[in-house]
Amino acid sequence: MQTDTTQNYFELFGIPVGFEVNADDLRDRYRELQRAMHPDKFASASERERRLSVQLTANINEAFQTLLDPLKRTRYLLELNGVEINTQETTKDTEFLMEQMELRESLEEARHSDDPQAAVMGLMQNVESRLRDMTVKLTALFADINETSLQAAANLYRMMQFIDKLRREAEDLEDELAMAVDD
Amino acid sequence: MALLQITEPGETSASHGHRLAAGIDLGTTNSLVATVRSGLAETLPDNNDQHILPSIVHYPADGRPVVGTAALDIATQDPLNTIASVKRLMGRGLADVNTTAKQLPYKFTDSDSGMPRICTCNGEVSPVEVSAEILKSLKFRAEEALGGELSGVVITVPAYFDDAQRQATKDAAYLAGLKVLRLLNEPTAAAIAYGLDQGNEGIHVVYDLGGGTFDISILRLSHGVFEVMSTAGDSALGGDDLDRAIATWIMQQADISDDADHKQIRRLLRDARKAKEVLTDSETVMLNIEMNDGGIWQGEFSREQFNDIVDPIIKKTLLPCRRALRDAGISTDEIQDIVMVGGSTRVLRVRELVSEFFKHELMTEIDPDKVVAIGAAVQANILAGNKSDDEMLLLDVIPLSLGIETMGGLTEKIIPRNTTIPAAKAQEFTTHKDGQTAMSVHVVQGERELVSDNRSLAHFELRGIPSMVAGAARIKVTYQVDADGLLEVTAREQTTGVESHVQVKPSYGLSDSEIENMLKDSMEHAKDDVGARSLREQQVDADRLIESVTSALAADGKQLLDEVERDQIDIAISQLRSLRDGDDHRAIKQGISRLDKLTANFAARRMDSSIRKALKGRTLDEISD
Repeated sequence: MQTDTTQNYFELFGIPVGFEVNADDLRDRYRELQRAMHPDKFASASERERRLSVQLTANINEAFQTLLDPLKRTRYLLELNGVEINTQETTKDTEFLMEQMELRESLEEARHSDDPQAAVMGLMQNVESRLRDMTVKLTALFADINETSLQAAANLYRMMQFIDKLRREAEDLEDELAMAVDD
Repeated sequence: MALLQITEPGETSASHGHRLAAGIDLGTTNSLVATVRSGLAETLPDNNDQHILPSIVHYPADGRPVVGTAALDIATQDPLNTIASVKRLMGRGLADVNTTAKQLPYKFTDSDSGMPRICTCNGEVSPVEVSAEILKSLKFRAEEALGGELSGVVITVPAYFDDAQRQATKDAAYLAGLKVLRLLNEPTAAAIAYGLDQGNEGIHVVYDLGGGTFDISILRLSHGVFEVMSTAGDSALGGDDLDRAIATWIMQQADISDDADHKQIRRLLRDARKAKEVLTDSETVMLNIEMNDGGIWQGEFSREQFNDIVDPIIKKTLLPCRRALRDAGISTDEIQDIVMVGGSTRVLRVRELVSEFFKHELMTEIDPDKVVAIGAAVQANILAGNKSDDEMLLLDVIPLSLGIETMGGLTEKIIPRNTTIPAAKAQEFTTHKDGQTAMSVHVVQGERELVSDNRSLAHFELRGIPSMVAGAARIKVTYQVDADGLLEVTAREQTTGVESHVQVKPSYGLSDSEIENMLKDSMEHAKDDVGARSLREQQVDADRLIESVTSALAADGKQLLDEVERDQIDIAISQLRSLRDGDDHRAIKQGISRLDKLTANFAARRMDSSIRKALKGRTLDEISD
């Protein structure tokens, strides 16, 4: 008694499959799907319809979050193309490994520097600009899909995962510093 | 031009197919009930024209519990049998209660389910039962005022309430005989009340400091959809903490020992609260403290001293504010306005510090005590079906991450905090021993790495996994959160299809049989009869199903059903109609289940066609562009 969940997320939202997604357009479509399917619209419907509505909107929410976020979208596109990402496996790219170490160190140094807040902010800007570069590369890679481009995209995904984690740690440090100043 | 509708004064609108619905703010210190009448949302007063019902229940040695102002009056004389701030105990275990609520004077005992019970001279009561008394009182008030039975209510909860606290609130409503249309987060309710749905596009912050809880929510309104972007808070921080800090200060000044008795502490808390209120308008207040020896201690208390005492508590609310901004991915200059909710936001110092933090003016027009109930009433009216389809839509989030215990006592997050609900996520796990045939699933909620630092929601076991080598079984665990923020977990072994399923009943919650027993007890008090209630419940369910199927048939029956299917459904409807008028609740239940099964395919087809329709208009628009 399942409704159609075989559609991929791009099909569900009626947009072309690809890395490039227009966020405003995606948001508009999301709102319209929610307006039609949200459990609030079924508050006085039968138990079964209410349950279906919960399942469908949960799927719509998941699809929206996946398409909106570049990291999740990359992983999803890789999966659609048959590339499973093993989270245990790390990159063997030595250049990137060196970079990772440097970035980690700069986060630690920021904490102990004379002006930790400025140091964290600098690090955040660095991280943001790297993420922007990566999205440009990914757009090109997913526009021309073949074995080599998928491999390159999977590598970029792993780097992005690291950078994203580092960004969250930098944000936590920023919070910590800000609250320490307030006290 | 639309014609104005005029109704007779006192006429219930039920006759026009209008369903009676109410919004309930079940607060730590005060509760309210509100409803929409003639298009206007308003709180309902009691017979003495009091809108606020103090959330206090007194259990006398014999007779029925006393709720509200009458109970408040008894509180200082009989603190042990007068339960206040019960909301702090909802969904909590005995261990939590002994730490977080150690200032409470009550005696607690443990029960089989782990839910603490409060000893009163009229026997032991659970926090859920105490809350149910408050809800019953509000239900009675609303039904008197509206002249009919409530078809459903929206009850507000702090956004930061976890699954156990939400489930406890729903259980209390069930005990009180209320049908819950939705549990609504308090800040979201406030945002609705402020008419932010009236086309005020942009980003809105709701700062809600109540008696016992603190919530911060950031919402975005665009094209009639209200989207909660993030929420954060502290479910054990509120105005009561300010009172307690002041009371402690007074005790130091007046040299009152730490082990003062309960009556004196009650008096001190009352004096502290009064001083806090006076300092909102004056620079100083004179304290006259009644001592146990009958004497009076006098002292001056200035706003400056007050600020020094409360600042550390108010600043505790600012870290969640930062986190919420962060999770929403916005900076303070993108904020359109800041709505202040909860009685404690009357404290000037709170307003100063919050305004300073967000670098923004504050909105304080609606009575901060009433704003949540009013918003709940607006939403109840929509959910009851009294409004047209193009109404605003609300998309809320879960406040805390939901996870599972993995090897080594670590938490693996399955649904991260601030995920829009409804939400569903699945993750695969495997066995770690050869021949392992059972797997225990431990469901936890919270942000920390270690399971022991998070809240334990439920334990259950998946049995009957076929014996395989370690790592060969594939067990898919699915978490599903509904629109009330309540969780359901399913575990399924993929190769054999062995399945185990729990509607997460929190570790400290009531079991279904406990609820049944409580219901029986309360029926005995009310000289009512359980059978009558079961019959009534089944009749209401039958009516709802018949109504929803009939309107679905009218809308889509022709397009989506063939003649045979249509005939079968029509027959099942008329069978259920005649069963419904009988007095056999079991037969009605069977009739409901028969009709439900017959319409399953129809319901699924309707959903599919709605999804297609939702995006269809858009595609056509784009083509014509």
